[in-house]
Amino acid sequence: MSDEIRFTLDGEGMTARTGQSIAGALIAGGAMSWRRTRFDDRPRGVFCGIGACFDCLITVNGEANVRACLAQVREGDRVERQEGTGYGE
Amino acid sequence: MNADVVIIGAGVVGACCARACAEAGLSVIVVDRGAVASGTTGGGEGNILVSDKEPGPELDLALLSRDLWAQMAGALGDSFELDPKGGLVVAARSETYEHLLRFADEQRSCGVIAETVAAWDLAQLEPRISRDLVGGVFYPQDMQVQPMMAAAHLIEAARATGRATLMTDCTVTGIDRDAAGAISAVRTSQGSISTRHVVNAAGTWGGEIAALAGVELPILPRRGFILVTEPLPPVVHHKVYAADYVANVASDNAGLETSAVIEGTQAGTILIGASRERVGFDKTLDWGVVRRLSRQAIEVFPFLADVQLLRTYGGFRPYCPDHLPVIGPDPRVPGLLHACGHEGAGVGLAAATGHVIAQALTGAPLSIDLAPFAPERFEASHVG
Repeated sequence: MSDEIRFTLDGEGMTARTGQSIAGALIAGGAMSWRRTRFDDRPRGVFCGIGACFDCLITVNGEANVRACLAQVREGDRVERQEGTGYGE
Repeated sequence: MNADVVIIGAGVVGACCARACAEAGLSVIVVDRGAVASGTTGGGEGNILVSDKEPGPELDLALLSRDLWAQMAGALGDSFELDPKGGLVVAARSETYEHLLRFADEQRSCGVIAETVAAWDLAQLEPRISRDLVGGVFYPQDMQVQPMMAAAHLIEAARATGRATLMTDCTVTGIDRDAAGAISAVRTSQGSISTRHVVNAAGTWGGEIAALAGVELPILPRRGFILVTEPLPPVVHHKVYAADYVANVASDNAGLETSAVIEGTQAGTILIGASRERVGFDKTLDWGVVRRLSRQAIEVFPFLADVQLLRTYGGFRPYCPDHLPVIGPDPRVPGLLHACGHEGAGVGLAAATGHVIAQALTGAPLSIDLAPFAPERFEASHVG
C-alpha cells in the first residue's frame, strides 16, 4: 500500500503519511503558522495539539475553521491558510 | 487590616458594590476565594435586559440598572464592550405571539419601550432570521456587556479612588459578631479584617456566607449551559430570543428547560443559550442540552445549521424561592448586607444593586424600595 498522500497548501503541492493530521503534515513540510488572527493579524499554528484550544484553525476543501490538529489529511485535500474568521468578511 | 466595608465576592455584583461604595467615600476590601469573575459572573452571557422582566419590583430595578450601566460605561470609557444592541423576542406560534403582545403591553405601562414587529418586518432587523416566525417585539433598552471585563474594570475603577483593595485567592473562613450581635470582623485565609459592615455578594454561594454570619438565606443553584460558535462576520445583530424564555425563567419546574437565546459578541462568536435545570452544583456537560439548544437556535436562525460549535460553558444561576434577589441590610445581623440571588439577571441588575447598597451603607435616600428584596422575607415568622 502506498504510504504517501498528496494534498495542497494554498495550491502548492505537499505530501503526508497515511493517518497524519493536517497539522502534523504541515509542520513536517516546514509550515509553522497557517492562520492570521482576526483582530491583530497575528500568526497562529499548533498550540495545544489536542483539539482544545482552536488556535490551529485552517480551511479545508472550502470549509473554514477546521482544527488542523484533529483532521486527518486525505488524498487531494485542498488546504488553505486562513485569515480571520475564514469567511472573508 | 480594616475597612469600612468588606465585600465578599469579586463578581460583577461585588464589583459594582465596590465601585459605588468607594465613590461614596467608604474604604472597601473586596475578597474572593477565586479570581475576579470566577464564579457566577463568569458562567453567564452578560445580559442587561428589561425585556424578560414582568411588571414588578425586579423590572423597576432592571430599568434603573440599565440606565446606571449606560452611565458607568460612559464614565469608564467603553472598556467592557457595553453594546446597546436591543433585544428581539420572537414567537413561532400565534398563541405564543398573542401572549407576548399582552406581556409587552403590561411592560409598556411600566416604562419599557417595546415595539411590535410584524412577521414580514423581522428580516429588516435580522436578515438571517427564520421566515417561519409569526412576529416579534423589539426592546431597544436591552443591552449586552462582557461580564468578566466589566467586573475587572469596575474593581479597577474602585481601586483608582485609592479607597478600595482587592484580595483574590482569599477564602472567608468566618464572620465575627460582637456582644450586641453586630458585625465586627471577617476572618479570611489571608488574615482577619476588622469591619462593621459586610456585603454578601457571593452569588450562588451567598447562602454559605449568610450561614457564616449565623443567618439562613435560601439561595440555590440552577445550572445553565451556553454554546459558543466559531467566530463569524456580524450576522446576528440583536439579542434574539424565543418568547417562551420568559415563561422558563419564571418556572418552578426542576427538570430541564431550554429556550433559544441567540446573540453575537464583539469577538465574532455567537452565544446560544439558555438552559435551566436544578441539579445542584454538578457542572458535567449534558449532550442532550447541547442538542436541544442547537435545534432550537436553528429554528430561529436556520443558517446556524452550517456553523460549527467551538465550545460550551456553564454556570450556576443563584435563585431564591420567589425568583427575586436578596438586596439590602439584614435586620437579623446589624452590619450585614446582602447583594446576591439575582438568578440569571445578576449582570443586568448589578449596577442598581451596587448603587442601592452604597446608599444603604451611607444612609442616603434609597433610589428603590428594598422591601421586596428583604433578606428576612423567607423566615416563617416574617409578615411581608
